[in-house]
Amino acid sequence: MARTVRVLIAKPGLDGHDRGAKVVANALKDAGMEVIYTGLHQTPEMIAESAVQEDVDVVGLSILSGAHMTMFPRVMGLLKEKGAGDMVVFGGGIIPAEDVGELEKIGVARIFGPGTDTNDIIEFIRERFPAK
Amino acid sequence: MDRKRYDEEKRKYHETLAECGCQEIDFTTVSGAAVRPLYGPDDVEGLDYNEDLGFPGVYPFTRGVYPTMYRGRFWTQRQFSGFGTPKDTNRRYHYLLDHGQTGLSVAFDMPTIMGYDSDHERSEGEVGRCGVAIDSLRDMEILFDGIDLGAITTSMTINAPASILLAFYLCAGEKKGTPFEAMGGTIQNDILKEYIAQKSWIFPPEPSMRIITDILAFCADHVPRWNTISISGYHIREAGSTAVQELAFTLADGFAYVEAGIAAGLDVDRFAPRLSFFFNSHLDFFEEIAKYRAARRIWARRMKEKYGAKDERSLLLRFHTQTAGCTLTAQQPENNIVRTAFQALSAVLGGTQSLHTNSMDETLALPTEKAVRIALRTQQLIAHETGVVNTIDPLGGSWFVESLTDEMEEAAEAYFRKIDDLGGVVEAIDKGFFQREIQRSAYEYQKAIERGRKIMVGVNRFQLENEEIEIPLLRIDQEVERQQVEAVRGVRAGRDNDKAARQLELLRSAAEGTDNLMPVIVECARCYCTEGEIIDTLKSVFGEYKEPLFI
Repeated sequence: MARTVRVLIAKPGLDGHDRGAKVVANALKDAGMEVIYTGLHQTPEMIAESAVQEDVDVVGLSILSGAHMTMFPRVMGLLKEKGAGDMVVFGGGIIPAEDVGELEKIGVARIFGPGTDTNDIIEFIRERFPAK
Repeated sequence: MDRKRYDEEKRKYHETLAECGCQEIDFTTVSGAAVRPLYGPDDVEGLDYNEDLGFPGVYPFTRGVYPTMYRGRFWTQRQFSGFGTPKDTNRRYHYLLDHGQTGLSVAFDMPTIMGYDSDHERSEGEVGRCGVAIDSLRDMEILFDGIDLGAITTSMTINAPASILLAFYLCAGEKKGTPFEAMGGTIQNDILKEYIAQKSWIFPPEPSMRIITDILAFCADHVPRWNTISISGYHIREAGSTAVQELAFTLADGFAYVEAGIAAGLDVDRFAPRLSFFFNSHLDFFEEIAKYRAARRIWARRMKEKYGAKDERSLLLRFHTQTAGCTLTAQQPENNIVRTAFQALSAVLGGTQSLHTNSMDETLALPTEKAVRIALRTQQLIAHETGVVNTIDPLGGSWFVESLTDEMEEAAEAYFRKIDDLGGVVEAIDKGFFQREIQRSAYEYQKAIERGRKIMVGVNRFQLENEEIEIPLLRIDQEVERQQVEAVRGVRAGRDNDKAARQLELLRSAAEGTDNLMPVIVECARCYCTEGEIIDTLKSVFGEYKEPLFI
């Protein structure tokens, strides 16, 4: 019996822009998913710990500060270390197209840039975790 | 006017309108406010020119804070700017000044904003990426190399650590031969809106307000040309609020600072003249103009009637404006040049004192030279080619704009009552009131876009298939971080460390007591204490803020 998909929405690093993260969190919640929001100023360690503690299926990282090439690899590495390497990780924020390829190589499933329709994110998750 | 004939024609006109029908699109402002097809003289019947508008530079200042406005002096062209090392940003400042900019504005990186030195573990990956890295007075000296701080004003977008960056700036100017009292500029220093919208806090509200009132007093005595707070709506709007929420929450914050200053024992006229404001200029052209006019009137009235300000300068809502970053798109970025131009125009028609125009690559990276040059030219085109500066408050008397101004003022007053009921701004922040209002507006707007009720050109209409980004983008090299780490370690190694340590101890005692912190922080700056060291000392006394979590 499929359980309701659990999603962690996280804000890594010092970036304080949470408008997008909160919009996405609310959209996923309205679509019937269980959403946990970490709040701001999370270290990669805090995020990986929350993901494991909350036993989530999906992790969404929101980052607009340009620090994504440091933050994403750290989070991915820590999730793997903790045995959570099969969690689906997606991202959003200000991430130049040329970095997206690099992030996909380390296992980030998708980057949703500015102008994303939240229905695309919902569909992306549903494809992997069909609603029961 | 033949009133009977007018009423009859109006009745017939509205019948015609109903017969013609209208398009199936949303005729509300971007904030969702209803707009009628037509406005006429009967919409402003209650308007009293002398009571409600006044002449420019005359209470209640609806038409402008100064008698001459742009006939006397243009708004300051002040592009928010900063990236990489202080040397990188210094080069950009010279570029902007060479191209006609008339004021400076500093964008700091996230570590500086959050109080971490470049070599702190939390700074890793973040140094120089969102703005310039400033760790000590040394960096400030490099940042303004070749720039006379007695001849130009500088605005610094810094909040929790504002006292420190102000100290660095003042000391840098002093070392170059300009005394404190000859320096002019602004620190954003608006901590209330951090808890509400920008989220770059460090300490809890109470000690943060103490630091601010210390700055108000210090500057009143020692840096009289300094704008001590830039009470901001920009970030509230960027976080997703409506225009009315931006107006109301910003002014509410302003009143809270006035009350804090008075509670700290300062005479209102001693500090209020140096309070300034910072608004967003968003998509809806006329709504924004009405917002600025309403803001001036509300502030003037309250300062006079509620807070008893006697000095006319205490009544003036002087403001900087930035065009709305959140309205710009990654898709077809050249369209952003046009959006920015419209937004800049409404700010000018609204009577701004200072203006930043965003660059077309806003959603992709920090601005390239070419992109920021076009943004600067946008202001120069408005000033020198459009003719809108020839007359003051050209939209004054417009039935539509005056109605909208009145409506916005009324809606803001309703919010002030709500905030009072909640126990004031700080209480309302604690209860999550502003944050929830903003979040709801942001979510509703997103839904409106997704349903096609609001249009975002290039995003939900007029898209390009398989679009490739064709404009060059600014990249920050990881080398910047390595250089800054080395530099800050060099500063710590090269200074009198006993002196620095003693000065930090003095700061700790001052923080534990009630003495004004600014003179102590200035001494710390002179000793080349780093920002991180000063913040850590203050953290040990004041603690750190924890946000109320909810989605």
